[in-house]
Amino acid sequence: MAEFETPALRPYPEIPPIEIGVMAHSKPFYAKEDHQQKIGFPGELIDNWQQAAVDKMGELVDNSRALRVFLDSCVKCGACTDKCHYYIGTSDPKNMPVARQDLFRSVYRRYYTLAGKYFPSLVGARDMDQSVLDEWYSYFHQCSQCRRCSVYCPYGIDTAEISMAAREIMDSIGVGQKYCNEIIGKAQTIGNNLGLPEPALADTLEGLEEDIEDETGVTVRMPLDEKGADILLVTPSADFFAEPHVDGLIGYAKVFHQAGLSWTLSSHASEAANFGMFIGSYDNMQKLALRVREAALELGVKRIVFGECGHAWRVAYNFLNTLAGPFDFLDPNYPLPQHVCEVTYDLIQRNALRLDPSANDDMVLTFHDSCNV
Amino acid sequence: MSLLTIAFTLLFYFAGAVLLAGLVYRIRLYATTPTPLRIPTTPAPTTAPGVVRRMFFEVTLFNSLFKSNKWIWLFGWIFHMALLFVLLRHLRYFTDPVWSWVSLIQPIGKYAAFAMVAGLFGLWARRLLVDRVRYISSPSDHLMLALLVGIGLTGLGMKYVAHTDIVAVKAFFLGLMYFDWQPMPTDLALNLHLLMVAMLMIVFPFSKLLHAPGVFFSPTRNQIDNPREKRHLPTRETAAGETSA
Repeated sequence: MAEFETPALRPYPEIPPIEIGVMAHSKPFYAKEDHQQKIGFPGELIDNWQQAAVDKMGELVDNSRALRVFLDSCVKCGACTDKCHYYIGTSDPKNMPVARQDLFRSVYRRYYTLAGKYFPSLVGARDMDQSVLDEWYSYFHQCSQCRRCSVYCPYGIDTAEISMAAREIMDSIGVGQKYCNEIIGKAQTIGNNLGLPEPALADTLEGLEEDIEDETGVTVRMPLDEKGADILLVTPSADFFAEPHVDGLIGYAKVFHQAGLSWTLSSHASEAANFGMFIGSYDNMQKLALRVREAALELGVKRIVFGECGHAWRVAYNFLNTLAGPFDFLDPNYPLPQHVCEVTYDLIQRNALRLDPSANDDMVLTFHDSCNV
Repeated sequence: MSLLTIAFTLLFYFAGAVLLAGLVYRIRLYATTPTPLRIPTTPAPTTAPGVVRRMFFEVTLFNSLFKSNKWIWLFGWIFHMALLFVLLRHLRYFTDPVWSWVSLIQPIGKYAAFAMVAGLFGLWARRLLVDRVRYISSPSDHLMLALLVGIGLTGLGMKYVAHTDIVAVKAFFLGLMYFDWQPMPTDLALNLHLLMVAMLMIVFPFSKLLHAPGVFFSPTRNQIDNPREKRHLPTRETAAGETSA
């Protein structure tokens, strides 16, 4: 086993004192013109972007009760200040959820509240200008939208909603982030975030089938685009090549195989991780979600099962039905969608799986604070 | 009528109108703004009664805050509960005859005022002493505490140091309510107390005090966790149904 420097277990977490500005330099690469345009945003910073950003903010608030209530309700009690892993890990106070929100709230107050219009310094209101935009770009991309802060807020204020809105506003004025926006473009045209076309996907799955056979001596199939299968499995494309994600996919295949379930992957919807959520773009998120619907219809499946990924599962569980439903063409006896762990748990309960605990007993496991609540 | 009486009469009508109209406007806005997606925070109840239970404990015991930070919870909860009793106690100045349960809670309300001010000082101390909370505080956050502490201290002063003419005060407020205006007694503590109360009423619908109605409309807390069973639609009907749940 690898050698680890194991941190000492402390009875109470230690909260680091604030260090102003230590993460101000940190920011992701900017999206290129074609990344932006491909998913419906301006290619570069537009003229009069300050006003456009403020207008977009108003539009978003008018259409989201969450934003409206959250922007009004924060009392600056400080309950969230030590709850964000970005703060605990960096000590930069702008990584405290309330301070991150205030980057947005200060602008909202300036243009949309009486106090901010007439007494800006009293309530910490700021004009939308280049320095604000730079701070937005830096600190709104230092949020993984896990929603841990919202669990602890007495009003349930969810910083993820605010950072999504900020990213949507920045995209709308031509300031996008490369990683997400390039990936969304790929997923919308090719079908997955990695940009693996159907032949590459088929080849990868064939390789995995061989690996399983070599390892276990059992022929386990990994079907792709098989019409008439019962289950459509939608899993993050990282499962197709990255370690240890690929072990997950191999596991799913083994489970389906032993339970005798008929299943298939789809090349059209070969991605569970819907990056439309990260950039707060309802339209892009919906386009990606609709690919799952299209694949399910095309293949004539009865059920949809999602592979493991915290953020993917949030979109699948909470949003899929809204974005791409109703799914009345599927078997109503199964939840839509189902998580692969739900499927597996159910099979274990029914003794449909033969498990060998000794197969993995060389590993030391730990729980990870959830990627997304 | 003295200038003081005219000023306070107009001030309280103005403050009352601003508070009422401002809150109605804001609450209407919360209620009618759509909820595009379902975003309850885990662990979320899967039924409507479950949501009622969650909201009840959230609003009365500040559940999430308790999980979050024991000091803020302690000071915040003490302040809010004490404020509740203090406000209920004050109903005696607006009702004639005084409702019996209002008479009954008078002793609690009287001592709650101390707890209220203590809670406020606790919160203020955190705002000044904890580096993280100091960092996020605006002048308005300190002013709000100053205003509430001022109201509490002048109130306590009238109760325990120099009594004011409470019969005349009651006559003034009943006069306001029945449009039969009565003189406002000239008493510095009383006049300051009431001036600050009127200011609080006026800033309420424009400030962070909106957390009071806001908490009931927070989608992460009041939504039912059943997106697979029931397709969530961002319509007004869905929205209205949820807030009543």
